[in-house]
Amino acid sequence: MIEYFIKYHAKLTKALLEHIQIVGLTLVISIVIAMAVTLVIKDSKRISKAVLQVCNVIYSIPSLALFAILIPLSGLGAKTAVIVLVVYNQYILVRGFTEGLSMVDRAVLEAAAGMGMSRWQIFARVQFPLALDSMVASIQIAIISTIGIATIGATIGAGGLGSILFDGMRTQNTVKILWGTVLSVLLVLVANAILNYAVKKINERLHGGKKRP
Amino acid sequence: MSTAVEFIHVSKRFEDAASDAVEDVSFSIEEGELVTILGTSGCGKTTLLRMVNSLIRPSAGSIKVFDKDISSTYPVELRRQIGYVIQQIGLFPHMTVRHNIATVPKILGWSKDKIDARVDELLEMVNLAPDEFRDRYPSQLSGGQQQRIGLARALAADPKLMLLDEPFGAIDAINRTVLQDELINIHQKSRKTFLFVTHDILEALKLGTRVMVMDKGSIRQFDTPSEILKNPADDYVKQLMDSFRQGFAFALERGMGPGEQR
Repeated sequence: MIEYFIKYHAKLTKALLEHIQIVGLTLVISIVIAMAVTLVIKDSKRISKAVLQVCNVIYSIPSLALFAILIPLSGLGAKTAVIVLVVYNQYILVRGFTEGLSMVDRAVLEAAAGMGMSRWQIFARVQFPLALDSMVASIQIAIISTIGIATIGATIGAGGLGSILFDGMRTQNTVKILWGTVLSVLLVLVANAILNYAVKKINERLHGGKKRP
Repeated sequence: MSTAVEFIHVSKRFEDAASDAVEDVSFSIEEGELVTILGTSGCGKTTLLRMVNSLIRPSAGSIKVFDKDISSTYPVELRRQIGYVIQQIGLFPHMTVRHNIATVPKILGWSKDKIDARVDELLEMVNLAPDEFRDRYPSQLSGGQQQRIGLARALAADPKLMLLDEPFGAIDAINRTVLQDELINIHQKSRKTFLFVTHDILEALKLGTRVMVMDKGSIRQFDTPSEILKNPADDYVKQLMDSFRQGFAFALERGMGPGEQR
């Protein structure tokens, strides 16, 4: 395995970087869109339910089929892969975000409103910080799912670790498959570590540096 | 004395409701009163209270707070001038006691020194040692302590009017008595106006300078505790007071019976 790495490290690194690029871009876009969607739908149970239904239906389309459907619209390559991955993530993220926000104790929100906090203050200072943990949990799932599904992107020429895996499959090269797998797993671990660090920083800012018991 | 709260033919009917939650209610409360609003659940007492700080908007009539019609005040602005305490307390679990209490002063842009001094002053007022409690989280407090913080938080920006919705309803009887005494004390010192919703007859009579008895959305009687006990306005109030007296008499009789047999 080491031998393979020494020989082909340029190829592996390139695939890994491509993968990071696709995943990173996907996550940033997904989170921004999901946050915006959540903010729009969070106050209406009916609309939330409808939006989640739609996301659910899209999520149930096999990724290969969704890639295929989009090729005529956005062509082959990483762009299409990112679009598909963003669309998939909406189900995971919007659901996680709305659930997180709705789980916040009604009495706490009532007290906040009664004290004269504006809607935005209630959201930013009370509801969001209290929902943060469950929102982060859904981002973690999105990271894992994105890194996994992104490998399928190789079938439409998006590159990334998928190309190593599919090469390995075609040529029945176990070492290649193993490297693709190991790098995927590493990527998940590193991404989670970065996320946890970010959450720690956010929590410190929100709670004035003190850890909540 | 000027008027703190005035209701003029106020009604509230919720969507899809068959009858009014509050029906054509008129009254006025003078500054410095501690008015208890007594009634069974569903009588409209909480709805009435929540209309004062515009958490609920009336369907008809007008409400004045310190002689100003609240429909012309921005609700968020109005609420910052009114303290609000609820039974479920609703402390912010992610904030320390200090930050909980400082919520409204912070919104109002007080300086840090002024806020810190105010937090300590309030903790003393509700009988919690500032050094010990300032940096605790709500989860590290007992129910009674939590509601003390709830009270301190509501008092933080020194509002002239306080609304309390069964604040001691979930607190054990012994602590409730202590908190009631503290509330009377705070009221007497501050001369703020208090509106206090409760379903506990003893609590209503003990705390209220005047007691508003409500049933099915309307006011049955609004008078001093002794007047309500002596001269109940109608059968409903009379029954309520009789049941209260009987409960007391029964407890006394048992307590003093020979050998306290049961």
